[in-house]
Amino acid sequence: MSELLQFLFSGVTVGAVYALVALGFTIIYNASDVVNFAQGEFVMLGGMATVFAHAAGLPLPLAALVAIVGTAAVGVALNRLAIEPARGAPVVSLIIITIGASIFIRGAAQLVFDKQIHTFPAFSGDDPIRILGATILPQSLWVIAGAVLVFVALWLFFTRTLLGRAVLATSNNRLAAQLVGINTNFVMTLSFALSAGIGALAGVLVTPITLTSYDVGLTLALKGFAAAMLGGMGNPKGALAGGLLLGLLEAMTAGYLSSQYKDAAAFVVILAVLFLMPQGLFGRKSTDRV
Amino acid sequence: MLTVEGLRSRYGRIEVLHGIDLHVDSGEIVTVVGANGAGKTTLLRCLSGVQPVTGGSITFRGEALTPVPAYKRLRRGLAQSPEGRQIFTNLTVEENLRLGAFLFSDDRVEKDMEDAFQMFPILKEKRNLAAGGLSGGQQQMLAMARALMGRPSCLLLDEPSMGLAPIVVQQIFDVVKGLKALNVTVLLVEQNAFGALKIADRGYVMETGHITMSGTAAELIADPRIREAYLGI
Repeated sequence: MSELLQFLFSGVTVGAVYALVALGFTIIYNASDVVNFAQGEFVMLGGMATVFAHAAGLPLPLAALVAIVGTAAVGVALNRLAIEPARGAPVVSLIIITIGASIFIRGAAQLVFDKQIHTFPAFSGDDPIRILGATILPQSLWVIAGAVLVFVALWLFFTRTLLGRAVLATSNNRLAAQLVGINTNFVMTLSFALSAGIGALAGVLVTPITLTSYDVGLTLALKGFAAAMLGGMGNPKGALAGGLLLGLLEAMTAGYLSSQYKDAAAFVVILAVLFLMPQGLFGRKSTDRV
Repeated sequence: MLTVEGLRSRYGRIEVLHGIDLHVDSGEIVTVVGANGAGKTTLLRCLSGVQPVTGGSITFRGEALTPVPAYKRLRRGLAQSPEGRQIFTNLTVEENLRLGAFLFSDDRVEKDMEDAFQMFPILKEKRNLAAGGLSGGQQQMLAMARALMGRPSCLLLDEPSMGLAPIVVQQIFDVVKGLKALNVTVLLVEQNAFGALKIADRGYVMETGHITMSGTAAELIADPRIREAYLGI
């Protein structure tokens, strides 16, 4: 029993990270139909920039803020320099551009930061909390709370605000969005900034648990992508559910099968979803009539 | 209200508008008729700012329009119901209308939406359905209603009758005619020359990127060349 609970705790923690990455995917996908494979690098930048800003003498909260804002700026730059000039190219080309961008960012991080593994102190100490024989780190609670908070904020943004609907409208029909007065360039800028900021937040929250280095982004991007696909690309609810499910699946695989197969779980999920239900759990079917 | 002088536009190296002159006065319904490929849609795309202009000028309510980006033109009072309707297929009918009033967040939005539902009652019935599931005629109604939600002083309509059953075409032309009472000036581009000229005050005939004839709607309907070429009489 306590064993199961322990796997559950670690699954939800990891799942919350995947959910945050998947939520980042959601925003850019909603605005542009592009799956941004550089999303994992935003997580890496969040963690690494906090480490270095903290080491340079900034207090931790300020260092985290600097990292998040800086990463958001990188997101905006990615849009301006790489995505916007290729406007009108097929979505597949844009996705390949994001893969190129992720390789570039990883390389640049290696030079700007270093190749070491880093961490910084957990926000509320390292004493595990005991619940029914299992333990959970206080930092895990931070990660889970972060994921839930971002989810609620995004859900409200897309369903309750006019600007959120303008983002959806821009992805659905950019021409029509301009005709009703939406500044579609601004929507794209906003999406990349938000998305990168959320990725960086995930990096800040998770680094005390998983540590960070210049190359953690790739795996996170793939896992987050699997989570987003599982939940249904473009839907914040799906991103949260998909992330948590994937995290649990991984923890159970690691616990009951073998930790060797942990990473395989995510990729089995991608394959199964693509074959059996490409819409994902919450994805909406597109209805078009011509 | 709207003056176009010597307007030129090209797709790549091919020029499709070779110097268009036309004007629309406040309160008028003006139509531009012509065959497929004459450049009518390109003309409207230039007016709404989604197509680059390579020469000439557009003046709207006394201001040069060419430097104004597309998304700011509705703020000046110029709305477009574009070719192919271009509704937001993934969003509901009501969300489409709400986005039509993207620039506004006052109490009048609700009232305008009620007016739109009164104009096209079928949209009220389908208000919570995804717009992509509407029939062609309903999508056209939605495109027009969405454009009107932006409170335009001038509405550009691109081929509202395209691909629709005659009874629906009639219904839509009736609504266009009724826009006069709402103080909305209309520039209507149509292949259905007879239907368009019947509700218009004045008309222009466009052929391969040139305006070849103009006059009052009555004159054009009576002109033997028009009758032969466009009205099939």
